[in-house]
Amino acid sequence: MESLLSLGKRKPRKNGLQRKRRVGAWNMTLDEEDEELMRSYSGNKIRTTKYTFLSFVPKNLFEQLHRFANVYFVFLSALNFVPIVNAFQPEISLIPIVLVMSVTAVKDMWEDYRRRKSDWQVNGQLCEVYDRTQQRYVKRRWAEVCVGDLVLLGCNDIIPADMVLLHSSDPKGVCHIETANLDGETNLKQRQVVRDLPQQGPDFNPENFSSRIECENPNNDLRRFRGYMEHPGKVRVGLHNDNLLLRSCTVRNTERVIGIVVYAGHETKAMQNNSGPRYKRSKLERRLNVDVLWSVALLFLMCFSTAVGHGIWLRGLKGAVFLIPDDISPALAGFYMFWTMIIVLQVLIPISLYVSIEIVKLGQIYFIQNDLDLYNPRLDAGIQCRALNITEDLGQIQYLFSDKTGTLTENRMLFRRCTVAGVEYPHHENAQSLEQYEEQFGGAADHTLTLRSRSSRKSVSCRSLSCNHSSVSLNTLAAESDSNSFDDTLHRQAQGAFSSTMECAVVPDPQLGQKLKVLSAPLLGRLKHDATELSHIVDFFLALAVCNTVVVSSPSQPRHVVQMPVARTPLRSLEEMKALLQKVSLPRFALSPSQNSDGSPGFTKRLFNRGRSATYTPNAPTTPAARAPTPSLTPTHTPSPCSTPVLLRSGAWGQEEEQPRQSDADDGPAAEEEEKDDSDEEDKLLYEAESPDEAALVQAARAYGCTLLGRSPEQLLVALPGTGPLSVPLLHVLPFHSARKRMSVVVRHPLTGQVVVYTKGADSVIMELVGRKTSDDQREIMEKTQRHLDDYAKEGLRTLCIAKRVLEEGEYEDWLKRHVFAEASIENREELLRETAQMLETKLTLLGATGIVDRLQEDVPETIEALQRAGIKVWVLTGDKQETAVNIACACKLLRPTDQLLTLNCDIKEDCETLLSELLEQIGVSERRHASGCEDGLAVGDRGGFMLVIDGRTLDFALEAELQGAFLELTGSCRSVICCRSTPLQKSKVVRLVGEKLGVMTLAIGDGANDVSMIQVADVGIGISGQEGMQAVMSSDFAISRFKHLRKLLLVHGHWCYTRLANMILYFFYKNVMYVNLLFWYQFFCGFSGSTMTNSWVLIFFNLLFTSVPPLMYGVFDKNVSAQTLLSLPQLYKHGQNSKAYLPSTFWLTILDAFYQSLVCFFIPYFAYAGSDIGLFSFGSPINGSALLIILLHQIIESRTLTWLHFAVFLCSALLYYIFVLVFSIICVTCNHPTNPYGIETKVMSEPLYYCVCAVTTVLALLPRMLCRGLYNTLCPSDVVKAGLIDKLRPEDYSASVCQWQENSEAIYHNQNPRHLDKNLSVNADIPTDCTPETGSVLS
Amino acid sequence: MASSYNAKDEDGHHSGSGGPAGPGVNKSKKPDNTAFKQQRLPAWQPILTAGTVLPAFFVIGLIFIPIGIGLFVTSNNIKELEIDYTGVDPSSPCYDCAQNYSWNSTAPCVCSVEFTLDQPFEGNVFMYYGLSNFYQNHRRYVKSRDDSQLNGDKVSLTNPSKECEPYRTNDKKPIAPCGAIANSLFNDTLELSHVNPNKTRTPITLVKKGIAWWTDKHVKFRNPSGNSNLTIVFQNTTKPVNWRKPVYELDPSDPENNGFINEDFIVWMRTAALPTFRKLYRIIQKSKDNLTPTLPRGTYVLDITYNYPVLSFDGRKRMILSTISWMGGKNPFLGIAYITVGSICFVLGVVLLFIHHKYGSRSTSADIPN
Repeated sequence: MESLLSLGKRKPRKNGLQRKRRVGAWNMTLDEEDEELMRSYSGNKIRTTKYTFLSFVPKNLFEQLHRFANVYFVFLSALNFVPIVNAFQPEISLIPIVLVMSVTAVKDMWEDYRRRKSDWQVNGQLCEVYDRTQQRYVKRRWAEVCVGDLVLLGCNDIIPADMVLLHSSDPKGVCHIETANLDGETNLKQRQVVRDLPQQGPDFNPENFSSRIECENPNNDLRRFRGYMEHPGKVRVGLHNDNLLLRSCTVRNTERVIGIVVYAGHETKAMQNNSGPRYKRSKLERRLNVDVLWSVALLFLMCFSTAVGHGIWLRGLKGAVFLIPDDISPALAGFYMFWTMIIVLQVLIPISLYVSIEIVKLGQIYFIQNDLDLYNPRLDAGIQCRALNITEDLGQIQYLFSDKTGTLTENRMLFRRCTVAGVEYPHHENAQSLEQYEEQFGGAADHTLTLRSRSSRKSVSCRSLSCNHSSVSLNTLAAESDSNSFDDTLHRQAQGAFSSTMECAVVPDPQLGQKLKVLSAPLLGRLKHDATELSHIVDFFLALAVCNTVVVSSPSQPRHVVQMPVARTPLRSLEEMKALLQKVSLPRFALSPSQNSDGSPGFTKRLFNRGRSATYTPNAPTTPAARAPTPSLTPTHTPSPCSTPVLLRSGAWGQEEEQPRQSDADDGPAAEEEEKDDSDEEDKLLYEAESPDEAALVQAARAYGCTLLGRSPEQLLVALPGTGPLSVPLLHVLPFHSARKRMSVVVRHPLTGQVVVYTKGADSVIMELVGRKTSDDQREIMEKTQRHLDDYAKEGLRTLCIAKRVLEEGEYEDWLKRHVFAEASIENREELLRETAQMLETKLTLLGATGIVDRLQEDVPETIEALQRAGIKVWVLTGDKQETAVNIACACKLLRPTDQLLTLNCDIKEDCETLLSELLEQIGVSERRHASGCEDGLAVGDRGGFMLVIDGRTLDFALEAELQGAFLELTGSCRSVICCRSTPLQKSKVVRLVGEKLGVMTLAIGDGANDVSMIQVADVGIGISGQEGMQAVMSSDFAISRFKHLRKLLLVHGHWCYTRLANMILYFFYKNVMYVNLLFWYQFFCGFSGSTMTNSWVLIFFNLLFTSVPPLMYGVFDKNVSAQTLLSLPQLYKHGQNSKAYLPSTFWLTILDAFYQSLVCFFIPYFAYAGSDIGLFSFGSPINGSALLIILLHQIIESRTLTWLHFAVFLCSALLYYIFVLVFSIICVTCNHPTNPYGIETKVMSEPLYYCVCAVTTVLALLPRMLCRGLYNTLCPSDVVKAGLIDKLRPEDYSASVCQWQENSEAIYHNQNPRHLDKNLSVNADIPTDCTPETGSVLS
Repeated sequence: MASSYNAKDEDGHHSGSGGPAGPGVNKSKKPDNTAFKQQRLPAWQPILTAGTVLPAFFVIGLIFIPIGIGLFVTSNNIKELEIDYTGVDPSSPCYDCAQNYSWNSTAPCVCSVEFTLDQPFEGNVFMYYGLSNFYQNHRRYVKSRDDSQLNGDKVSLTNPSKECEPYRTNDKKPIAPCGAIANSLFNDTLELSHVNPNKTRTPITLVKKGIAWWTDKHVKFRNPSGNSNLTIVFQNTTKPVNWRKPVYELDPSDPENNGFINEDFIVWMRTAALPTFRKLYRIIQKSKDNLTPTLPRGTYVLDITYNYPVLSFDGRKRMILSTISWMGGKNPFLGIAYITVGSICFVLGVVLLFIHHKYGSRSTSADIPN
């Protein structure tokens, strides 16, 4: 085994041929071939570093040379070593490349060092691996774990490699893991021991494990794992994701876990998912690259003209004494000169620009991240910039695609109202309490936050404790939670152990409460309601409590799932209950004969046994139901439901609990001690749900006494009103799938014992699935429910339908066989499972529907309005229903009262086509009418006032190639578009379509996994770190915590970043062209010989050192308009949207100005010194001096913000230059052979002529720019300039001006939206009336 | 895909708390509310409008015009005389020399040019030789020297730098001084005499010391040390190809002006920036009493020992006599430039003032958006 590490590193020989991997434990049962194979799999040692000590230099060089810029640099340096063309001393031309590359190398080295350190830490972690030679588990470093090892993990251990779970200390064979390290999700996920393992029970002997695993080759799909395990008896068991423990997850709530490593090291899913940082290229950068190419063209032009000039010049000279004699023909000399000039003029290509841009963006991000306004004190989270190089894209967004739930809304689902069996329960009090709550929202949330953090810390710190804790804490929990008193429940829940008190504060509807109370009333005589209805109600709430994947944990141990307690009898007299239910459910629940005669306390026991036997669970014997004998029911326990004191029950439970736990050897005496500590624990339950509405529903059910108390893979512990905790055998969970839009659970009904399917899902889906051939009764319920659903939707509530189906035993058996087959199959497992699920979810009986409210986040309407004013088209893409979506759109002012609503719903493509053209025509007509109506030209081109609503199915048609054009044309005429019922794929398709076909900058914002694809497709993806996990954040470029932050992020930071960067890039071009041209002009006076009037050191350093920092300042600090003004005048955003700061014309104007300035900067000194005895480098001195002055002053003219920092940097730059040249000319006597600067600068600068020349040069060079700026800003100032001028006003004038501007633009804004549209378009009644009082035209 | 909200809240908090530390030590992620981090540093926000720019224009105009006038007057006060003695024109006295002379000629050719000063030159008069179309700034020419050798380095003396090729060695002996610059040393001899009214000539004393920069003469250029006898010092070297005599015999009259520290040589070695240039040749010092002008009005004769061929590359040779001022030699350009720029600024200032009055108020208040 010791040699395995080295063996593991060997190249996999058969990997090419082999599509599946085979894994077995390291023992004799493996044949040689398999062993060989397993050794070929990579070891668990990870190396995320790019370099080793030796390979750093060559590899880093190699990587850096992949960048074009560096290649260019190296090429130039190499060129300089060719004697015939060299312009400078070879060493000097190396400086830029060495400087740039060493800066990058140092950065790389530092990053790599950090990676190395973390690798070393990770590889050095210890875990217990079974050593076959020593016959025990030994501690090993992670790096030494290899495929086939059996690894023993304890609670809170981090999983070292991807392992198949073989054993768990949990009696159900469950293991909980937290995947926070992987995807940031902090809830617990259950993992299941491989089924049908020959070795079951508490002891797992690794020696006896001889099964073999065959599974797919390593891939990066976190949610998929397929394979099978072959037991010694050639029995094959399917393996799936539930059996896999992923590397870097944490084991929670499970004491001992044993797994066999199947993927190790870099083959683990965690590592395969570990892709590098995101790299996007911004629009500005693409534009920049074009201009860099122009620079290249310019460079070639200049070099070419020099080359030609040199050839011609040379031709006219024969035997001149100043020519070095050689035999080169003038043409060849011209050719050589071309290359020399490329070296001399290399600075024209702004290579350092790329480095500078990177630095500037880092600076910009630093400021974005430090913005207080983007900080959310509630989450203690600011903005997270994940992509480092697209800050300026934020300032150019034209289309914004927003998810609705969790993005515009809180995604804090609150149960609002429900309808059961066709009767609507409006929950008025609930509505009131919601409103009340809203007022005190902030404080309450803060309070609960601290509460949560304290408890979580506890769970982290006391590891040993938490693992034995569960069963104890459950006692108290279970004992108290079955209280029927609504007030009591409410009271306790209102104290809120949940993340917010909100979710708990469901005030039961009195009417519904009354009805339910009957159930718990001691006397059946009060049963005056329709029994059918009552059974519906019970079923409804049971479904709410059961049909979910909510994990229950106690507040003291939020990481600690409340485990399934031992089964126990309901506290109420069972006979009583059964009688009641028989009565209640006779029409519907055909009780099996055996149960009819059964009245003994053993009822539940048999019920459970039966249920379990049907589930093929391998570890059946260990289920607590079987282990723990059902306690005998003592008469004292007969409940008086409303008044039974809590104490009595807990006492009773204490007694009963002794027996099963003593039989459980694992717990030991420590548990008993803890019981005492626990006695003061509140009976708060924490529900951790996959989606917030699940938790909301469970909470709602709880308010009605239907409390979910605990969950295990096989059972649910539910308290019904009037019963004690009941164990509900959970047969199957058919999890939620976005295609099915529903989820189901198959349970054995705790009271009737039937196999019941509870389904919960989107109303459209459920309504279709509800059996067609239903009774009138049922149809009536459906109709009523549908009406209620429509009402809910109009209110903006999220609706869910609850349905159930009772399965015959035989039916169930049939289905089960198929299901088991599907589960075990390796190929097409997903499809088969979906098929079986569909088989089950038919012929449903509608129970009712719920309405869940999801409030808008704060400031959403304001933000949307500001964004729209900024010229951003806001689209909402949601999976919600049309009505809900429209309602939310109204609420967030996306849809204004004056707007005309166009609806695009159709079932077939042809319809869609005609509809599209009809709508287009309609818009055209109304627009023409409008245009003829008001010919002031205001609204020309600004089409607005239309709002398109399209549903998922129609969207599919619209996205097809033939209809794309029409669809885009239509959306182009609309101010906003809402796509409802859209799938994640559709979302991304829409974003891509708009981005590509219209060539616009798109931004997608979302919070959930369903938004990931859209976020990735958009030019800028923004994730909201909200309720639905971290996937959106992980795939985003920027992560914010509230939608409202978007406003400042785009309008202020986007605007700033864009203008800053654009201006800086332009300045950079200017600077380079201006300086390089000085050298170019000189060629006309040195026979085009490539001579420079500047010392080569100064030449190289001029751009690299002396003038490199000021542009950075410019790019990081410049503010052309204050944040306040940008926020209050969103239309300023259009400046960036239309790329105003960096147009081709601005680029060429800048280049032109650079040419002019360089001409001035060269020729004034030229004429001033012409004919005199000026020396070569003495001539360069005033030129350099004035160039520096011009370049710095130019920036001051261009800057809009100058702080002391700017001036400090300017001063430093100038001083650096002068100090450098002076010192150089003083100390360098022979050092810079052969162009020695000794004594030159000191001499030249001691002459007054120097200063005279510099002064007039600088003034004349900057004169046009200053004049143009002044004239332009006075005669036709742009909006940005006007805003800048407003900024300078005194406060009182300021606000007046801003107001006035707003008013003026308001007028324009509204004029754009034709108010007087013809109303004789077909009016759809479905449109919320409060929202569109004037018009509402809907086709179809 | 799945995470409940409470878990999320906790996540947010966790990252802030940084592990299981006790309560109260949590470090918030809240950004600091400092002027720097919130980008609120007090700033000067220049927006150039007609109103803000026009004072600058007036100020520049008002400063530049007087300076320009001053420069112009100064330049005009400088007296300068140029004599082209190349001998292109057959009527020119040096025509024969120019036609017949090449680098290989052995016998010196002498010619004399007569000229008249209309105005007396006062103060120190500087005598330059000027060359035109002579590209001393050619890239390869400029590099063709060895500063170490010129600085007296003995290793470089016998083993000159490669930059000097092809003037590095001759007959397998190192050239001292090596390189094309030294090789092309200007070697005409100019002598000036005043023609008295009685046709006799009075030679004018030409001072050959002090024409090079102090730093060059004393620091940058040095003879190899070790022996005061330069003949011995340079014994293993050979003279540049075009030279008549070795470097240690450049100035027979003054032993201190020989070798690398010969001032004519130093001046030549400082390469000119432009193809038409002048180099200081001699200084005519003002008379001690300061009463008589240095060069009184009258006729002068310039005797030229014509050694330097320039016709092959269409070059010209000149002799220049000039007085100097604080701003150097005669150059009216700068004064004109100042006056022009100043005037333009002033005019623009007036235009801007007009614009500011007419449109200036518009951009600040009244009708903001259009």
